[in-house]
Amino acid sequence: MQKIKPLDHLVLILGVLFLCVPVVMALMSSTHYPVDIHSNGLFLTPGDNGLATYTKVLTDRGGFTGDVTGLRMLMNSLIMGVGFAVGKIVLSMMAAYALVYFRFRFATILFWMIFTTLLLPLEVRIMPSYQVMSTLGLLNTYTGLIVPLLASATGTFFFRQFFKSVPDELLEAARIDGAGPWKFFIDVLVPLSKTMMAAIFIIMFIYGWNQYLWPLLMTTDEHFYTLMRGIKSILQVWVGSQIPDYNEAFALAVLAMLPPVAVVVIFQRMFIKGLTESDK
Amino acid sequence: MAGLSLQGVGKTYSGNVDAVTGVEIEIADGEFIVLVGPSGCGKSTLLRMVAGLETVTRGEIRIGDRVVNRLDPADRDIAMVFQNYALYPHMSVRDNMAYGLKNRGESRAVIDERVAEAARMLELGPYLDRKPRALSGGQRQRVAMGRAIVRQPAAFLFDEPLSNLDAKLRVSMRGEIRRLQRRLGTTSLYVTHDQLEAMTLADRLVVLNGGRVEQIGAPLEVYRSPASTFVAGFIGSPAMNLLDARVEGGRVVLEDQAIGGAELPEGPVTLGLRPEDLRLVQAGGLALRLDYVEELGAQRILHGFVGGQPLSVAEAGAAPLSDVVRVAVREDRLHLFETRSGHRIERAGLAAMEPAE
Amino acid sequence: MTRGSGPRARAPRCNQNSGTQVTDTPMTTLETERTLLARLRAWYSAEDANPTKRVQFDRPLTPWLFVLPQLAVVAIFFYWPSVQAVTSSFYIEDPFGFGSTFVGMENYGDAVTSSQYRDTALFTAFFCVVVTALSLGLGLLLAVKADKVIRGTETYKTLLISVYAIAPPVAGLMGMMFFDMHMGPIKDLFALFGHDLRVGIDYWDTAIALITISVWKQIPYNFIFFLSGLQSVPVPVREAALIDARSGWRRFRDVILPLLAPTAFFLLIINITYTMFDTFPIIDVIVKDKPANNPMTLVYKVYLDGFKGNDIGGSSAQSVILMVVVAALTVLQFRFLERRVHYG
Repeated sequence: MQKIKPLDHLVLILGVLFLCVPVVMALMSSTHYPVDIHSNGLFLTPGDNGLATYTKVLTDRGGFTGDVTGLRMLMNSLIMGVGFAVGKIVLSMMAAYALVYFRFRFATILFWMIFTTLLLPLEVRIMPSYQVMSTLGLLNTYTGLIVPLLASATGTFFFRQFFKSVPDELLEAARIDGAGPWKFFIDVLVPLSKTMMAAIFIIMFIYGWNQYLWPLLMTTDEHFYTLMRGIKSILQVWVGSQIPDYNEAFALAVLAMLPPVAVVVIFQRMFIKGLTESDK
Repeated sequence: MAGLSLQGVGKTYSGNVDAVTGVEIEIADGEFIVLVGPSGCGKSTLLRMVAGLETVTRGEIRIGDRVVNRLDPADRDIAMVFQNYALYPHMSVRDNMAYGLKNRGESRAVIDERVAEAARMLELGPYLDRKPRALSGGQRQRVAMGRAIVRQPAAFLFDEPLSNLDAKLRVSMRGEIRRLQRRLGTTSLYVTHDQLEAMTLADRLVVLNGGRVEQIGAPLEVYRSPASTFVAGFIGSPAMNLLDARVEGGRVVLEDQAIGGAELPEGPVTLGLRPEDLRLVQAGGLALRLDYVEELGAQRILHGFVGGQPLSVAEAGAAPLSDVVRVAVREDRLHLFETRSGHRIERAGLAAMEPAE
Repeated sequence: MTRGSGPRARAPRCNQNSGTQVTDTPMTTLETERTLLARLRAWYSAEDANPTKRVQFDRPLTPWLFVLPQLAVVAIFFYWPSVQAVTSSFYIEDPFGFGSTFVGMENYGDAVTSSQYRDTALFTAFFCVVVTALSLGLGLLLAVKADKVIRGTETYKTLLISVYAIAPPVAGLMGMMFFDMHMGPIKDLFALFGHDLRVGIDYWDTAIALITISVWKQIPYNFIFFLSGLQSVPVPVREAALIDARSGWRRFRDVILPLLAPTAFFLLIINITYTMFDTFPIIDVIVKDKPANNPMTLVYKVYLDGFKGNDIGGSSAQSVILMVVVAALTVLQFRFLERRVHYG
């Protein structure tokens, strides 16, 4: 066994400080008054304005129309995260099932059609995507927020790999037991994939929750604002004010990072599994 | 319950690879048939064609009096036990066994009764509500058999079911499979690469090589008169010695020594000698230059050379050995094979003659 | 139905079914049609050279039902816009929306020759190199240390990983305030060294902020992969190394590092793509639509020219150039992914 070296711990502690102090500072500063922040800088200790700030951020109607609350944005982010994760799992499991478990002529072509999507991230085709959405009348809808993001094969790729690793004999046994394609999918494959589905769900939830550019373009109606979109608008209001509401900005940041961070910390094991095995 | 009949069965994979060619087997109701051969000999492909997991390229497969070539696996009235058990990992032992029956639309009562029956037979009662991962290898194998039994099929198909078990368990499971099959009287087709397993289980053996049947027969029959050098080398352990010999003037000559008579035309011949048919003698016989000795306890196996050819002898003695020992051949236990084709030359061709001194 | 080799098994079968009655009469039309149908079916479900499964379902319609949703989404939201990006890169859109003119490669020429584009490309390259090197290096360092210590590994791990979940725009917002000219602690830090940090005004000061925030955000990702790569090094290999090499650094360099190489290569590509695309929100928050004298990446320029500058043709041309770059990167990664699967 190796000896414990203080140097190793020092490096790790410095790393933890570098990564975590900003988060702690954001959390603590959100409980102080903006004037104090403006004159004293950021805080590492809690203040006494926390309750008021968070109540205000969550329930006060704001934005240009004075109509959207933090709670509403929180809910929209949740819809975005959950909707994206569920959609991704359903779509990609089904597609991967067809590609792995069926023999049909166009399987190879379809495989390449779907997997080409891995080549180009949304960012490089953002302009025409926006035009397509407006042609289809999907601006300012949840469908428009979620569905286009599903046009990527990461999940399909992952489930395909997983299905390929399922022993062939399982399908053979099921066929002797009289299971057709639907029965096999529902009775055997879906229950078998539970852990994988959970892992993918976590990754995809974070991915969906954290989307920025797409909601920025897709939503002009503030009812559809997510927290990420809210951050953009709080910054736009910021310009020109005497003492910006630092505390509220921090509170918004805390709200925006709390759910995904909680998910990662609570489901750490599953999250790492999903991440390292799906590579996205 | 039904017999099984394979007529001219063949399988060609894309790219014109012949996996199985011209297989003819008639299997009586209740018979236990073992398909044995080295890996890649087509035995699994043949079994999977019977199961309906591979298409049949040529020929006809009947289960009972139905041609099943184009039937779905589920409609063939068979049950299969896989090498890796292929249990559904997320279902309990009970559900694993019941799944096929449920899909067939059997009533709850029938399912419960059959599962209980199978569990009793296989002593799985206490484990019915466990998941497969909570079971040992042997128990999983039993569940796989239970899943086959509850279907009450016309035939059991076994695809190397014991290969994943350790040696000791394999022997006891072997006995269990045999007993169970006797008791149920269900026609069985069993694939293995292990000749010992094949010998101990089979009513009749089917020895396969390169997708063709080399020999069909009862285990002892195959052991006593192997139809080809391939079968001779494959069945029996330690393997039969196969030596290059010649027929000269009505006698079989090995390394310039006559060891038996044969009314055959002059020329080369392959001589088969089982190690257990050879014995050590003080004088005469063949001179065996010893290479090394394997001690097995009950017997020992001497490996050496006669002339330039390797030869092994199984014997029970424990006496110290010199570098060169003398080996006598029992003439009535000679096997002769055509050198070119490897086919057996029947004993009619062997004439009685005084043992070589 | 399960079929091993469709064509051979099926074609003769159809003749056989009815052939017994019509041996002497010529084939009826119905007969020919059946054979044709059989051939079509055989062709449709012909065996793949290396099927993904030994046994597969052979149904004409079911697989389509399963792929259809994914296929529809991909067609509408991937292929349609992608094709449009390529098409509109050859046109100049009338600023008042009265149609567009075909200009061939002109947009590409304009983009490549513009000095602004070249500056942005240079900055993007610089940004990629610095962010990738720093976040990979720090991620590896932390992973190696976390793998080494016995006490508190789980706590370190949890703390280091948790930052992964923070969205880039949130990171950007926090960074903005840390670099704030009035109350940002980092500004004070720089002031200690006599440098007056003016993020958002001074080009390189902004770059420092962008790099710091991007690296901060990416370290956990690299840490996770390096750590799981390190932990998958088999114990016997570590023990063998312990016997063969005395110095810890040597063991790391000669044994562990080569085993980590696949992970490192994979992360290299991922980090380049991250810096090129996923840093968009950070830039957007820090630069706040005021690109005047601030650094930005190529993707951000595509967005600015397209949405703010209304230069759809030029923006599309830039998109297409980026597509080629990122496609090349992904092909590299994809080949690698396939290979990586064999590792376990």
